[in-house]
Amino acid sequence: MAMIKFDGVGISAIAACVPKDKIINLEATEYFPPDSVAAVVDKIGVFERRQADASTCASDLAVAAAEKLFADNSINPDDVDALIFVSQTPDYRMPATAFPIQHRLGISKKVIAFDVNLGCSGFLHGLYLAYSLLQNEAIENVLLLNGETRTKVYSKKDRRVAFLFGDAASATLVNKSGNYGLSYFSIGSDGENSHMVMIPGGGYRNPSSVETLKERVVDENGNIRTDEQGYMMGEDVLGLFMRVMPKDIKSLIEFSGMDKDIIDFFVIHEGSKYLSSFIKKRLKLPEEKTPSILSKFGNTSSVSIPLNIVSELRGKLEGNKELLMTVLGVGMTWASAIIQADNLNVSELVEL
Amino acid sequence: MDINKFIAHFAEQFDDTPMDAFQADTKFREIEEWDSLSALSVIAMIDEEYEIQITGADLRSVSTIKELCDLVASKK
Repeated sequence: MAMIKFDGVGISAIAACVPKDKIINLEATEYFPPDSVAAVVDKIGVFERRQADASTCASDLAVAAAEKLFADNSINPDDVDALIFVSQTPDYRMPATAFPIQHRLGISKKVIAFDVNLGCSGFLHGLYLAYSLLQNEAIENVLLLNGETRTKVYSKKDRRVAFLFGDAASATLVNKSGNYGLSYFSIGSDGENSHMVMIPGGGYRNPSSVETLKERVVDENGNIRTDEQGYMMGEDVLGLFMRVMPKDIKSLIEFSGMDKDIIDFFVIHEGSKYLSSFIKKRLKLPEEKTPSILSKFGNTSSVSIPLNIVSELRGKLEGNKELLMTVLGVGMTWASAIIQADNLNVSELVEL
Repeated sequence: MDINKFIAHFAEQFDDTPMDAFQADTKFREIEEWDSLSALSVIAMIDEEYEIQITGADLRSVSTIKELCDLVASKK
């Protein structure tokens, strides 16, 4: 399975929520001197990002986004037939966070609800799942929620990742209509490279212990983290991205039979400035067609694509618009999709 | 492949190190300014200037600028 086509399914409404609290990277000099911080900020392209406080989880941000979505579109919670929560920062290891969310939103018990354990690629995989569920005539409306509190995952003493991530959530209503036309997806899965982005401890392979919670120097540059904090082999991810993504996107465009020029917006997951600049240059994407949120929200994992749409494309999506979305992320896994937005209703960004 | 041009492209990824610090036999990880993000800049440069995508493992397998240049040349 390389390329998939769907007919008559799409996104009717989208909303997003970010925490009110901002981290201004250039002021975050607790563990690194100002000039060192400035060098990182310049390279990764993140100047500000949002941080959920200690009592706020990804699910709280997702519920706020969903409530906004419901209010702005007169959606009755009873209309929802399926609920998907995509996150790698769940409330608990058990049960899935989709269930407390279902209860908080007043959604019927007669739905199918589940979590999806995916990171950056999670919005496109979530859409793929929602589109697939909608092939069944019993399902009319799928609520797709993406939520992450990545600022809680990575060590502030690891310069490679300390300044990169921001917190956010999104809510997307996915349904059926002939107006959506055809949608195209390309999805790849690569377990050979799973080691590139990981939280090594705290699962069942390396259970939590006093050892997994000890801070350690992990490289020759003095970066520090515990085994229960995430790491990213940045150069390996970039190398993989360069080898895989241009081809993936070009193949998808070819599969769709469309001309690249008729695509209205390219919504790229901005893992860092390295990744987004590369793909924009390689595919010669015009500035006005590539909205960007990296500098103000950082890498928000699977929320970055929907957050980009809410933050940058509100008011620009009247009528019919072709959107190409693309991402490579933890797994490793990648996805690209071309969808037609048909009078997509974009809510104003919520701040919690 | 022109080693001097490669050295020049390599040196462009650094802001604070004088040009003469970059020689063919320079062990790039020992450059004071080299940090965890330098590797990404170099990988991006090699793609941009030479249209070759090297892996993290490739980069880790060499020590000097010349060795890196030879590695890139071998992939052309």
